[in-house]
Amino acid sequence: MPRETLDSKLTQIQNEIYLLGSMVEQAILDATNTLKTRDLKEAKRIFEEDTVINEKRFALENAIIILLATQQPFARDLRLLAAMLLVVNELERMADYAKGIAKINIKIGKSDIDIPVRDFQKMAEQSVSMLHRSLSAFIEQNPNQAAAIPQEDDIVDELYTKIYHATIQYAITNPSYMDQANDILWIAHNLERFADRVTNICERTIFITTGELMEMSSNDDETDLSDF
Amino acid sequence: MNQSLTDQEKKILAREKASRKSNIQRRRISQNIAFTFLWLIGLAAIAILVWIIGYVFTKGLSTVNLEFLTTRPAGGFDGEGGISTTIVTTVYLVIFTLSIAAPLGIGAAIYFVEYANEAQNRSKFIQWLVRIARTGVEVLAGVPSIIFGLFGFAVFVSYMKLGFSLLSAGLSGACLVLPVIIRTTEEALLAVPESYREGSLGLGATKWQTVIGVVLPTAIPGIVTGIVLSVGRIISETAVFWVTLGGSYRLPQNLMSSGRTLALHVYMLATETRAFDKALGTSAILIMIIMILNLAINLSSKYFQKRLSGK
Amino acid sequence: MRSLQSNGKPKITAKNFNLFYGDFQALKEINVDIPEHSITSIIGPSGCGKSTFLRSINRMNELIPCVKTTGKIFLDANDIFTQDVVELRKQVGMVFQRPNPFPKSIFDNVAYGPRAHGLKNKAVLEEIVEKSLTDAALWDEVKDNLHKSGLALSGGQQQRLCIARALAVEPQVILMDEPASALDPIATLKIEELIQNLKKEYTIVIVTHNMQQAARASDHTMVFNMNPDRSGYIIEYGKTSQIFTNPHEKITEDYISGRFG
Repeated sequence: MPRETLDSKLTQIQNEIYLLGSMVEQAILDATNTLKTRDLKEAKRIFEEDTVINEKRFALENAIIILLATQQPFARDLRLLAAMLLVVNELERMADYAKGIAKINIKIGKSDIDIPVRDFQKMAEQSVSMLHRSLSAFIEQNPNQAAAIPQEDDIVDELYTKIYHATIQYAITNPSYMDQANDILWIAHNLERFADRVTNICERTIFITTGELMEMSSNDDETDLSDF
Repeated sequence: MNQSLTDQEKKILAREKASRKSNIQRRRISQNIAFTFLWLIGLAAIAILVWIIGYVFTKGLSTVNLEFLTTRPAGGFDGEGGISTTIVTTVYLVIFTLSIAAPLGIGAAIYFVEYANEAQNRSKFIQWLVRIARTGVEVLAGVPSIIFGLFGFAVFVSYMKLGFSLLSAGLSGACLVLPVIIRTTEEALLAVPESYREGSLGLGATKWQTVIGVVLPTAIPGIVTGIVLSVGRIISETAVFWVTLGGSYRLPQNLMSSGRTLALHVYMLATETRAFDKALGTSAILIMIIMILNLAINLSSKYFQKRLSGK
Repeated sequence: MRSLQSNGKPKITAKNFNLFYGDFQALKEINVDIPEHSITSIIGPSGCGKSTFLRSINRMNELIPCVKTTGKIFLDANDIFTQDVVELRKQVGMVFQRPNPFPKSIFDNVAYGPRAHGLKNKAVLEEIVEKSLTDAALWDEVKDNLHKSGLALSGGQQQRLCIARALAVEPQVILMDEPASALDPIATLKIEELIQNLKKEYTIVIVTHNMQQAARASDHTMVFNMNPDRSGYIIEYGKTSQIFTNPHEKITEDYISGRFG
C-alpha cells in the first residue's frame, strides 16, 4: 500500500481519540457519582483534572493538523481528519460538562437540598453508553451503528424533563431553596447537553463514510422549548 | 560497542576491513594503467599529425610567397609558375558544385525527415521509394570517390558530351557531396526538438510554415556544418576531378572550360614534374585552407549555439 | 453522457469518441461535456489516455502515424474532424509539458502565430504581443528585452511565454498538457494563478499528474481510468470540490487518496 505512513498515523490518532473518550466517560461518571457521595475533595479533583483532557485535545488537534499539512489527504482521508478535528472538540466540550457538574457540586456544598441522584446517575450512564458506542462506531467507521444512537437521546431527554418539572415544583413549594434548585437544573442541563453532543459524533461517522453532512437530532431542543 | 564482540567476530571484521582496503588499491591501480594507456594513444595520434603537417610545412613553405600565389602555372617538366589559376578554379568549382548539391541535398533531407513518414502511410509505393532512396544515400556515402569520377566521366564527359569541364566536374562533385549534405542535414533536422514542431503546429501554422519558420532556422548550424564539410571534400578531392575536369592550368572562362584545382595540381606536380617542392608548397596552402575551414565550422557552430540559446 | 450540472454551456463535447493506435484502443467511448469559461482538469493514472484525449481536441494526435478515431468531438456545434485543421488549431491553442519557446526573440515567439495567419502590420503585431504578454503576466518582466531570445528566460518565464504565444492567436480554448510539471513550486503557483485569470475569456482544459494542482486550480475534474485491456475511459466527472471531498466512485477515491493499485 502506498499510504502506509498516513494509515498508521490515522490509526494512532483514532486510538488516542478512543482514549480521550474514556477519560471523558470517566469524568462524567465520577462527577455524577460525587453528587451522591458529596465528596467535595473528589469534586475538586475532577474540576482540576479537566486540564489534562484539554491538553490531550490540543495534542490531538496538533497531530491532525500536521497530518493535513504533510500528507495532503483527499476524499475519505480528508473527511476522516476533518471529522476527527470536530470529534476531539466535541469530547473536550463534553468534559467541560463534567467539570461544570463538579463545580456546581462544590457550590451546593453543605446545603441539605434533596439532589435527584438516582435520575442523574441514570442520565450519566445512558449518556456514557451512547458516547462509548458512538466512538466505537466512529473508529470502526460503521454508519449503521452510528445512525441508531441518536434516537436513544430521548431517554436522556425524558429524564431531563422529569427532573426539570420536579425541581420547579420543589422550588415553588420551598422558595428559600431557589438558588440550589437552579443549581440542580444546571446539572440536569449539563447532562442533557452531554448526550446531545453524542449525536454530533454520530453525524461525523456518517460524514466519513458517505460524505454527506446531515442533521440527525431526534427530538431536540425545539421540542423541549414547548415544555416551557 | 566493540566490547560486545567476541574474538572470532573481531577477526572477521579485521579481515573484511583489510580486503576492502586492498580492493580499493587494486581498483586504483587498474584505473591508473587505463589512463596511462589512453594518454599514450592520444599522444601517438597527435604526434603523427604534427609530423605530417610539420613535414609539409617545413619543406613546402619555402616555396610559398606572394609571387607563387599570384602567378599562373606555366606547365612544363619543371612545373614552373605559381598556383593562382588553380586557386580560382577551386573556388569556382566549390561554388558551382554547392549551388547544385546544397539545394538538392537539403531538399531531400527535408523530405526524408519531415514528409516521408507521413507520405509513407498513404501508399506502399511511396514507402518503397523512400526506402530505396534512403538506402541509396547510405550506399553512396560509402562509395570510393574514383567511382564517382568514372561515373562522371562516362555520363557527363562522354555520354552527354560535356567534355572535361567545370560543368562535368561540378555535376560529378555534386554527386560526391550529396550524401554528405543529405546526412548532415537529416541529422540536424532530427536534432530539432519535436516540441518545436508541435508548438508551431499547435498555433495553427501549416507544415510548410513550420519547416520554414522554425525547423530550418533551428537546424541551420548543423546544415552549415554539412556544407562546410562538403567544401572541404571538394577542395581535397583529386580522383573525381582528374577524370572530369581535365587538367588545364588556364583560368576557366565559362562552365565548359577545363581546369585544375589545387589538389589536382598537387597530384600533377608530384606525378608529372620534378617540382616536388612546389607540390609540397601547394599542399601547405591546401592544409591551411582546410584548417581555416575547420576553424570556421567551430566558430560558426559556437556563434549559432550562442544565438539559439539566447545567452 | 457524462454531462455536468453546470451553469456554463458546453464548449467542447465528445460523443462516443474512440481512439486507436493501430489495433490498440487507447480511448473507449468518451462522452463528455466541457463547460465554457471554466477550468477543467483531467487526472488519472499514467497511460490511461488523458493526454491522448487532450490532444484529440486540437487533432494533435494526427501527427502520430496510424492513429484512427471514431465518434465525434464538437467545438461549440462544429464537428472538429470536418473542420480545417489549421482553422481548428487557431481556435484551440495548446501549451505543452515542457516549455518550448522557439529559438527566436521573445517578440518573434509571440508574433509567430499571428504572422503564420498572415498578419504583417508591425503596429498591430506590437499591440498583440504586448497584450498577450500582459495577459500571460510576463510583460513587466520582459518589456525591456523583447529582442532577447525566448530561451534566455527562466523555465517559469518560458512557460508563460508559451502561454502568451498561444494567446496571441486569440483562441477560444487552451489545452494544457501538464504545463507545470517541469517547473519549480513558485513558478507552478504563478501559472495556476494566471490560469484563474484566463478563464474569464477562455475555456481551459488541463491535464495534470499533480492532484493538489487539480484541486487548487480547476473548477471541474475529469478522472480517467484504464480498462483491463488498457484502454482509457472516464470513470468520474464532476465539480472539483465534489471529486476531492466526496468522489462517487471507489476507483476515484482510491486514486486521489493515493491508494491506487
